[in-house]
Amino acid sequence: MLRDITLGQYYSGESWIHRLDPRVKIIATLLFIVEIFIINSFEGFATAFGALIIVIAASKVPLRFIMRGLKPIFLIILFTFIVNLFIVDGEILVKIWIFTITKEGLYRAVFMAVRLILLIIGSSLLTLCTKPMSLTDGLESLMKPFKIIGVPAHELAMMMTIALRFIPTLIEETDKIMKAQQARGADFETGNIFRRAKHLIPILVPLFISAFRIAQDMAMAMEARCYHGGDNRTKMNGMKFAKRDAFAALLMLLFLAVIILGRVFL
Amino acid sequence: MSISAQKINHIYSKGLADQTVALNDVSFDINDGEFVGIIGHTGSGKSTLLQHLNGLLKPDSGRIFINGRDITEKGVDMMEVRRSTGLVFQYPEYQLFEETVEKDIAFGPLNLGLSQEEAKDRAAEALAMVGLEPCEVAQKSPFDLSGGEKRRIAIAGVIAMKPRVLILDEPTAGLDPKAHKEILDMIEDIHKNEKNITILVSHKMDDIARLCDKILVMEKGTVVMTGTPQEIFSKGEELQAMGLDLPEAAQLILELKKRGIEKDETVLTMEQAERTLLEVLDKC
Ligand SMILES: Nc1ncnc2c1ncn2[C@@H]1O[C@H](COP(=O)(O)OP(=O)(O)OP(=O)(O)O)[C@@H](O)[C@H]1O
Ligand SMILES: [Mg+2]
Repeated sequence: MLRDITLGQYYSGESWIHRLDPRVKIIATLLFIVEIFIINSFEGFATAFGALIIVIAASKVPLRFIMRGLKPIFLIILFTFIVNLFIVDGEILVKIWIFTITKEGLYRAVFMAVRLILLIIGSSLLTLCTKPMSLTDGLESLMKPFKIIGVPAHELAMMMTIALRFIPTLIEETDKIMKAQQARGADFETGNIFRRAKHLIPILVPLFISAFRIAQDMAMAMEARCYHGGDNRTKMNGMKFAKRDAFAALLMLLFLAVIILGRVFL
Repeated sequence: MSISAQKINHIYSKGLADQTVALNDVSFDINDGEFVGIIGHTGSGKSTLLQHLNGLLKPDSGRIFINGRDITEKGVDMMEVRRSTGLVFQYPEYQLFEETVEKDIAFGPLNLGLSQEEAKDRAAEALAMVGLEPCEVAQKSPFDLSGGEKRRIAIAGVIAMKPRVLILDEPTAGLDPKAHKEILDMIEDIHKNEKNITILVSHKMDDIARLCDKILVMEKGTVVMTGTPQEIFSKGEELQAMGLDLPEAAQLILELKKRGIEKDETVLTMEQAERTLLEVLDKC
């Protein structure tokens, strides 16, 4: 059950999108997020959706898989939708008891929901099509210029790599501990919220202890292999900016131009 | 008390790229009071099988009967199943969490609905059973104890629930020879006193040969052999082909056989091996 979490999960494949330079993909995703905030019309959103569908098709990630990642966020989307629906003043459409739905409210609610969905699908595509390790490599490379102003690019990337590396390990550990406590009659499924919170203690205490133990072992193993930070460290598989990356960058700029022109002239 | 598994199958990550068939048509019967050993190469599905016996995992197909009742059916009271079947996981010391040893051991009994007083009594009783002095360690933090002691506390946490079936998954993994022997002696004592069903997974064939009434041999998710230690360890070559060891005494006799010294009965303990060797030497 714990293994079904797909947010931030990699979908292994060999598509064109998968093979792009991670730096290009990261910048594209950041740009896409900015663009979503530039867009202020439904025509613009339709364009963005169109672009997203083309990218999804090119990535060959099944739509079902992407939707599964949306599920945990669904509640948040619903919440913003409802809040926006009821709090915005304006021309009244419906009035039920103390709740009023206005035309502006409806517009805003749909607008925000669409924006959130685009945001989530767009950014989850990055992690779906990029191996976590290339993602951190890409980030490190992109952050390098900021070293001059004191950004510890390598250290940050290494921390992310380690965190990503240990997510499955910790999930497995949690699963094991939960089962061990269930074997001792612990019941995590019933009871009110306070009872359930109390039942977390038998999981959290051993989990923290395990996490510290794992971290300590990891640090020791890295030191034993003479790891000492990022200076002069080379990569086993370096990144290369290929033709397809240039092509992707071009598409990206084209899309940006369309969005900006749309905003100015529509 | 009896356990019967009928054609159980279990597949992890069904339908995904990394799908593994962990159990494939596993069937066996265990009678009251038996001491059963499960052996098999790593990844052969032993731990997966054990977790089915107290309902932590559900089979994809097949049935498991405990005392004639099917625990794979919907609406079975899991608490009842866990009361009767105690499972000690591999490296159980990683599940300890309470401030004191006593509270940790009382966790199981309290979950069964016993009162504080009863749970405390159970804890003291269980501590004595695992060979620790209740008044000495009961109020200590479990994290201040040695590895072997922690292991005993964790086992006591399950024993305190007084299960009629006690299942142990490699209870001595990673312990030194002395702690190893003490823990096995303790398991043997509990089995003799309580007359419970004990199921032991271990890679130490000497222990399995000495303690068990019946052995299940697993390979790649199926039970490939069942029988008494004599029956199982007489098939030395087949076991070795599966990457399994023999008890040291049986290994010795197997080597002698390969060199042409005939011996019919299966030798399991060092004493039997000694006798056999003396006979062979007498003949020379
Ligand atoms: N939670 C899980 N998710 C996915 N696959 C699993 C899981 N647990 C075990 N497996 C796989 O199922 C198979 C059987 O594993 P299991 O842990 O039952 O083996 P085992 O006989 O107990 O091995 P060992 O002697 O190493 O403890 C292995 O191939 C393992 O990779
Ligand atoms: Mg195991």
